[in-house]
Amino acid sequence: MKNNGSRSVSPAALLPKSPTGIQGLDEITGGGLPRGRPTLVCGGAGCGKTLFAVEFLVRGATKFGEPGVFMAFEETAAELKSNVASLGFDLASLIRRKKLVLDHVYLERSEIQETGEYDLEGLFVRLNHAIDSIGAKRVVLDTLEALFAGLPNEAILRAELRRLFRWLKDKGVTAVITTERGREQLTRHGLEEYVSDCVILLDHRVNDQIATRHLRVVKYRGALHGTNEFPFLIGDEGFSVLPITSLGLNHKVSNERISTGIPRLDTMLGGRGFFRGSSILLTGTPGTGKTITAACFADAAARRGERVLFFSFEESPNQIIRNMLSIGLRLEPLVKSGLLRFHSARPTLYGLEMHLATMFKEIAAFRPQVVIMDPITSLMVAGTDHETKGMVTRLIDYLKDGQVTSLFTSLTHGGHALQQSEIAMSSLMDSWLLLQDFEGNGERNRVLYVIKARGMAHSNQVREFLISNRGIDLVDAYIGPSGVLTGASRVAQTAREKAEVLAGRQEAARRKRELERKRATLEQQIAGLRSDYETEALELRRVDEQVGSQTQVLTAERTELARLRQADAPVVSKSKGSR
Amino acid sequence: MRTRTAKRPQTGSPRRASKLWQLRLYVAGQTPKSLAAFSNLKEICETHLNGRYRIEVIDLIEQPQLSKGDQILAIPTLVRKLPQPVRKIIGDLSDANRVLIGLDLRPAD
Repeated sequence: MKNNGSRSVSPAALLPKSPTGIQGLDEITGGGLPRGRPTLVCGGAGCGKTLFAVEFLVRGATKFGEPGVFMAFEETAAELKSNVASLGFDLASLIRRKKLVLDHVYLERSEIQETGEYDLEGLFVRLNHAIDSIGAKRVVLDTLEALFAGLPNEAILRAELRRLFRWLKDKGVTAVITTERGREQLTRHGLEEYVSDCVILLDHRVNDQIATRHLRVVKYRGALHGTNEFPFLIGDEGFSVLPITSLGLNHKVSNERISTGIPRLDTMLGGRGFFRGSSILLTGTPGTGKTITAACFADAAARRGERVLFFSFEESPNQIIRNMLSIGLRLEPLVKSGLLRFHSARPTLYGLEMHLATMFKEIAAFRPQVVIMDPITSLMVAGTDHETKGMVTRLIDYLKDGQVTSLFTSLTHGGHALQQSEIAMSSLMDSWLLLQDFEGNGERNRVLYVIKARGMAHSNQVREFLISNRGIDLVDAYIGPSGVLTGASRVAQTAREKAEVLAGRQEAARRKRELERKRATLEQQIAGLRSDYETEALELRRVDEQVGSQTQVLTAERTELARLRQADAPVVSKSKGSR
Repeated sequence: MRTRTAKRPQTGSPRRASKLWQLRLYVAGQTPKSLAAFSNLKEICETHLNGRYRIEVIDLIEQPQLSKGDQILAIPTLVRKLPQPVRKIIGDLSDANRVLIGLDLRPAD
């Protein structure tokens, strides 16, 4: 707007931008560098200024069809070519195809004598010729400040540089001007006062012996931009800036559920395990079985025929394979069949950003459905907590974008508040399992909680986590009035309960027998009474009979006597005697 | 525009070596500075080289590709191609004394 009348002056019109093609940078700047304007890239020695500039041109030429001119004030064309060849940039081929012009400007002060007025029209002519020869849209001046060493008259030089930047704008090329970083100001010779549209600062710092590169967009006139310092790395495919917050949250989501490899754990997670493409955090103190749980998950996934990439920062692949055999997981055939791949590296091997680059490369090459990081906390030694979080964010975003399910184990140190140290990371995770051990009764027992599981009904119960040579088993922990009991106490408690039940049952049986016995006694008594009664009844009858027979005898005798005495009334004796 | 101003050796004793001096003046268009440089140069050569010189004027507006060869940034630039080594003098050559030092015609004090 300031200098270009032909461009729309409507405030709604967005500033046109030139994509750099540098991974991540276009996301931070919202589309690239300001089109048709110069951008200042400053930084100390070894920050990657030249590389930034070269990549800007190479990407422009190969990806966006914008040829470029590289005017080098420090390195010769041959040096430059061989320096960037390691990043896979074939400058010679681009030059042959008229996509790139490399011009080495060489200034030797001792050869130059100055008399009177001059200007830098020669540089302009030269640049103009280079631009016009291939129709360049992009220009790099690397490092313009070499002019200050080569030309004695600073006043003329400054006036000419001011003219140069205006000229570049009028020419309509998107320019990158690299400069050395000054002590007090952004650039050693104060060039930032001429280039006011966009300033990018590169930095290379060493923290705890680990060097990390950072990039910051100091200024971007007319555009919103990420103002943070972003770590970047120079990998074997060039620059890669890692924007932490700029990636949009718009991943596809899947409703598919995948098993954890532990049936009871699936049950705890709404019966069907994790969501595909979700991120899972598994935290625990040392020796609580994080790696084993992760390995179970990996094993289950590989047995379903999915590709699994296992990053290990503590153990070598062979060690993991051997150790998992002890719980009955046979990982070696899966490795041989190519479904499971291990990648082991010491966290201190290189800086965080390099780890991330390596992971990205591995993931891009293997294209796994499941990625395991064991443990993510090891990487904290390679960077600060904040950086690690940034890295994990970036990684999760990348994985979610590809619908890759990721499981991160995280080591909690004893003594820390168990959940506190993971707060930063946990918010990134969809599911969070906590493994913990309880000490008591002379033993340690492992328990597992599901702290969160987004989007599914999950168990709120603590489960005891048993590791045997047949794998992992989750059992209900005993929860009673005296708290949660696990291990031997749980077994003892269960046994005690069993004994109590048994005792109760025995008591009931005893009482039943007692009653039975009582009943039998009563019945016996009843039988005794009845027999008494019968005895007495018999007695009574006998008495009756005796009486009867005596009467008869008596009657007979009396009759006989009467007969003998010839008495009358024989009728009575007859009736009695008939019985 | 390519101007060649070549003068054959004339009579008179040479001040220094009797070799032919080959000078190249880079300009960009007919600007006051380049015109001044050319006339200043001619005068100095006439005075001190006495005809044993050849001046080639290169206008970079006409032939921009030639700027690479002599690594020309500043305009005007005078390049002494011969005798060796190559010397460069930038500016409008208004200070004759410094031009002579630059051309090695007079030792620096």
